[in-house]
Amino acid sequence: MTERRPRVAVLVFPGSNDDRDAAWALSAVGADPQLVWHAEPKLPRVDGVVLPGGFSYGDYLRCGAIARFAPVMEGVADFAADGGPVLGICNGFQILCEAGLLPGVLRPNQSLSFVCRDVPLVVERADTPFTARCELGETLTIPVKHGEGWYHPPDDFPEEQIALRYAPGENPNGSERDIAGVVNADGNVMGLMPHPEHAVDPLLGSGDGGLILASLVDAARERSYSRAS
Amino acid sequence: MRATVLVRPKGGILDPQGEAVERSLRQLGFEVGEARVGRVIDLEVDASSADEARSQLERMCENLLANPLIESYEIELEEHSA
Repeated sequence: MTERRPRVAVLVFPGSNDDRDAAWALSAVGADPQLVWHAEPKLPRVDGVVLPGGFSYGDYLRCGAIARFAPVMEGVADFAADGGPVLGICNGFQILCEAGLLPGVLRPNQSLSFVCRDVPLVVERADTPFTARCELGETLTIPVKHGEGWYHPPDDFPEEQIALRYAPGENPNGSERDIAGVVNADGNVMGLMPHPEHAVDPLLGSGDGGLILASLVDAARERSYSRAS
Repeated sequence: MRATVLVRPKGGILDPQGEAVERSLRQLGFEVGEARVGRVIDLEVDASSADEARSQLERMCENLLANPLIESYEIELEEHSA
């Protein structure tokens, strides 16, 4: 019996540009991805949601500030409240922060320069729906490409919500506490600046991003089975 | 009613943009210190009184125009144009 391909929505905002890469990569790790336009009044029936990278609304005002008012975001908030796995990559991370689904905010890189390179990341949590295929303390190599990735957490942000950290000396943007990826208090919403969808094939440099996406697909598949039973 | 909203990086929040501007001004020979870079939003508000306009503007700032985690805001109203 072949494993079920769970449906995972990839949201498309005006200015998203990694939506197709995310869909391709999700498909490569066993999902049935579905592109969902931001203006949809409802989130279709899916078992996982990905907010891809890009420059939604031209990054006007603040990155993600406008996209969070997209009609489909209400359905995303309901899906997250119901425990569904939601992953925000780069601009998707910024949108989740602005929407209040993740704490904190992303600011222009401290260097004021755009960064585009592979970075080593340390797995700080291996028990989330997005990192279950990783080992605690493992180093992943995944590329970043952003101008606004300096993560600024709220005061008293707990260590337990840090899922990924830039390896010592490798912080590309000035992020507080070298934070590269965080989860919400319930652990079912994650945001990260690096792009796992650009690291799913060793031929192109690294397959480590596949671990993150495959973890998400596992969680989505689990959810699809429990929904069906 | 015309209004102007000034959004600034909060005190204590590092502002690399401001620092870059400060450095450039110094290179030009100006003796400046502590430059900070914010945003200005001019807009027309449909309100029957200054109080109503102000409370609308405060909600705009809290919900969209500023991010309270890192930014502070200031509202200026052109009262006479009501």
